[in-house]
Amino acid sequence: MITIIDYGVGNINSFVNVYKRVNVPVKIARSVNDLRDARKIILPGVGHFDHAMTKLIKSGMREKLDELVLVDKLPVIGICVGMQMMGNNSDEGSIQGLGWLDACTKKFDETKINQVTKLPHMGWNDVIPVKINPLFKGLEEESLFYFLHSYYFKCDDPSDILATSQYGELFACSAQKENIYGIQFHPEKSHKNGAMLLHNFAKL
Amino acid sequence: MLRPRIIPSLLIKDKGLVKTVNFKNPKYVGDPINAVRIFNEKEVDELAIFDIDATLLNKEPDYSLIERLANQSMMPLCYGGGVKTVEQAQRIFSLGIEKIALSSAVIINPNLITQISDRVGSQSMIVVLDVKKKLFGGYEVYINNGKKATGINPFKFVEQVQRLGAGEIIINSIDRDGLMNGYDLDLIKKVRDKITLPMTVLGGAGSLDDIKKVIDEHGVIGVAAGSLFVFKGPYKAVLINYPNLEQKQYLNT
Repeated sequence: MITIIDYGVGNINSFVNVYKRVNVPVKIARSVNDLRDARKIILPGVGHFDHAMTKLIKSGMREKLDELVLVDKLPVIGICVGMQMMGNNSDEGSIQGLGWLDACTKKFDETKINQVTKLPHMGWNDVIPVKINPLFKGLEEESLFYFLHSYYFKCDDPSDILATSQYGELFACSAQKENIYGIQFHPEKSHKNGAMLLHNFAKL
Repeated sequence: MLRPRIIPSLLIKDKGLVKTVNFKNPKYVGDPINAVRIFNEKEVDELAIFDIDATLLNKEPDYSLIERLANQSMMPLCYGGGVKTVEQAQRIFSLGIEKIALSSAVIINPNLITQISDRVGSQSMIVVLDVKKKLFGGYEVYINNGKKATGINPFKFVEQVQRLGAGEIIINSIDRDGLMNGYDLDLIKKVRDKITLPMTVLGGAGSLDDIKKVIDEHGVIGVAAGSLFVFKGPYKAVLINYPNLEQKQYLNT
């Protein structure tokens, strides 16, 4: 079973729909009580970093999530801003992140982006895994995924990088340390590749 | 490498899909939910769906249809039609729509752009401008599904749209709609020169080469088409289609 954290930021229906297609049961968690039987966790996120962090803290689920992820070591995947929240801080805001991964979130350097529209980085781009990991099992070496963001995740320890993508510069579009996964792109809107990745997470 | 986005644009009228010519003579082309299913299979980059009745008849957006469309879609989805308030935009966003397109309402009250951006995030606030050539040169923005001229100059207005915090602009040529004889490249260039916002162009695509011309000139841009992706052949038989991987590679080179 997959537990999806619903703290009022962004939409979780698309995740539910993907898992419905592959017959994986899903539970939506809106409060601490909903987290009791969690086995695997998805932390989605869109919009402003501080707004997302504030909403997560207000949901009352933060401390329990810390425990499930850091003590019980449940597999967890942060998506888009959900990934960025797993780091220590973000250029976009002033609130501290969850600190589950040693990383900070930086704004793309617009001077390096050679096109009229600099930001956001929006559309389909290649994801290139740099480590072998079951999360990317069955996917090709360069798979297309849908991105929508202006800030990127910068790992303090490069060995945490799971996959890279190119936008003006090479950046970590996926990171992982032990049970903690992050992806910057949107698997829930990335057709078969996205469904495969989410299914892989369910099978971890 | 980031790819240009190739976007089927679908029109809804009386819960069915239609395709127009110059915003007139809607021809029934099928069921919207079924179309989304087919476009899933074809792995399209993004889908835009516009309810062309809603504003004209002063109707609320059809939330139940929107929800079913969102549930079906495995790709980013843009919805437009009848959205006039922050609350409506937020409700549609919560149904699982990534991008909410507004036209008439934000042309009448541009501050709505900022209000909606603040609530759902600028990346989800899309402005659609239906544009028509003026008789004696220049272009003009229309509202109410192409029924009403506004006297607004699109090249000035897009700068305002960018300033007010929209996440993307869709430029739709009324003159080219449904004719399938190519995009208005002059119009596209003039708008592109004014703004750095993500931009999608619509109106006139009759072949993949028409799309290629836009990509060759503008690189990473959204290229949308209606007729091209729902009709096949000289007699316009209804057949939902979309470029395959090889054809897409051709478009990008």
